[in-house]
Amino acid sequence: MEKTLKISKIREGTVIDHIPAGKALKVLDILNIYENNSISIGIRVLSNKIEYKDVIKIENRFLEKIELDKISLLAPSATISIIKNYVIIEKFSVDMPSKIKGILKCTNQNCITNSGEPVKSEFSIISKKPLVVKCIYCKREMKENEVTDNI
Amino acid sequence: MLKNKSLVSISDLSDDDLNNVFLEADKMLDYINSSKKLDIMGSKILATLFYEPSTRTRLSFESAMQRLGGSTISMADSKTSSVSKGETLADTIRIIESYSDIIVIRHPLEGAAFLASKFSSKPVINAGDGSGEHPTQTLVDLYTIKKELGEINNKKITIMGDLKYGRTVHSLLMALTRYNVDVTLVSPENLRLSDYVYNELKNKLNITISDSLEKYINDTDVLYVTRLQKERFTDKNEYSKLIGSYRITAKETEKMKNNSIIMHPLPRVDEISPEVDSTDKAKYFKQASYGIPVRMALISMIAGD
Ligand SMILES: Nc1ncnc2c1ncn2[C@@H]1O[C@H](COP(=O)(O)OP(=O)(O)O)[C@@H](O)[C@H]1O
Ligand SMILES: [Zn+2]
Repeated sequence: MEKTLKISKIREGTVIDHIPAGKALKVLDILNIYENNSISIGIRVLSNKIEYKDVIKIENRFLEKIELDKISLLAPSATISIIKNYVIIEKFSVDMPSKIKGILKCTNQNCITNSGEPVKSEFSIISKKPLVVKCIYCKREMKENEVTDNI
Repeated sequence: MLKNKSLVSISDLSDDDLNNVFLEADKMLDYINSSKKLDIMGSKILATLFYEPSTRTRLSFESAMQRLGGSTISMADSKTSSVSKGETLADTIRIIESYSDIIVIRHPLEGAAFLASKFSSKPVINAGDGSGEHPTQTLVDLYTIKKELGEINNKKITIMGDLKYGRTVHSLLMALTRYNVDVTLVSPENLRLSDYVYNELKNKLNITISDSLEKYINDTDVLYVTRLQKERFTDKNEYSKLIGSYRITAKETEKMKNNSIIMHPLPRVDEISPEVDSTDKAKYFKQASYGIPVRMALISMIAGD
């Protein structure tokens, strides 16, 4: 059996690897994709002999900080590889920022950040695993599934 | 040190801050009793911004400021002011801060006071933000226990009523984590503390949860009663049924031990019957009166020279 992924190589772009199985579409959802970005997605591909993962490959696109921050919340285990001329020139794990600013909507409808004030939402991280964040305005906590649904 | 600091949450205060506020409140109480005219806040202005109806909280801040010799301005009813024209809170604050030296705000949304404090270069005091916090009420509650029972530590405190929506209760519980106390929470099941509040407290405070007062009343030092709001019940018969079992009458006060007290943030509706008022247990009016020295202490420590 062939061990390598059956996704064609990209010349220049980004590979988001080790996304928890099943989360690729969610990750794709928060990326800014343009017309020249061809994308291949592997869903539930075998990562080693026992575990499955998702992989996304995007041509001609290098991720911005805000996208990386969002990915760190959706898929903390993800690794990012930057490809130039078919080779990986840089590889790193996503890193959860200590402050989550402007990328998450507070689930508390009664929170002042949901009422049109000129502020960005802001959360502190209470726990990384399991993920729990806390709105610095209304002090409400959000768990992983709420975070995923409100990015 | 509280000078020029905002008070959004009771957790903004250190243990020393709390003690200093209480010491200062004692002094203010002496001034009030001596009817001496104070001029601590002579040239200063306190602005009250109340986006929600309130009578006593606002009056007590204004009274406190005026007793300190300062003056007060306040926003007209939010229905007739710029609020109804859609101005953001951030803009309102940036204007009001130039009109005053300290701002007191009550707002229906959680986090409003924190937002105000971020936009204001003048100190902001939270007088209630939605179901969030109401720290000055908490200071008054703690001060009342201290004044009436000598100290807060080692007391058995039973809190009864609407524990889910009452911000008074959340702030009070948060503050009680600083002391060595036993807390019993008595409420109908649908009005129990919400999980997110409970989870935050459970490791820091010795809490017992119950739906019956009977078992705890004779061993309680402080019985803190809050209002069961009719609006929270979809079934009005359910409310009528519950209010019967959550009403404090003379019969309950007889079961209470010597030197125990009954408190209530007021306004009360049916939950404490008027016959209780004349018993030596009833301290809720006293509690309301402590609102003045405590707020005087706070205002002078934050915005005094
Ligand atoms: N169901 C409740 N349980 C506990 N406290 C409550 C409840 N409803 C209101 N309060 C508190 O009672 C106090 C007084 O009510 P409020 O409407 O603010 O009038 P005021 O401004 O005249 O004090 C406030 O501290 C408020 O937070
Ligand atoms: Zn919030």
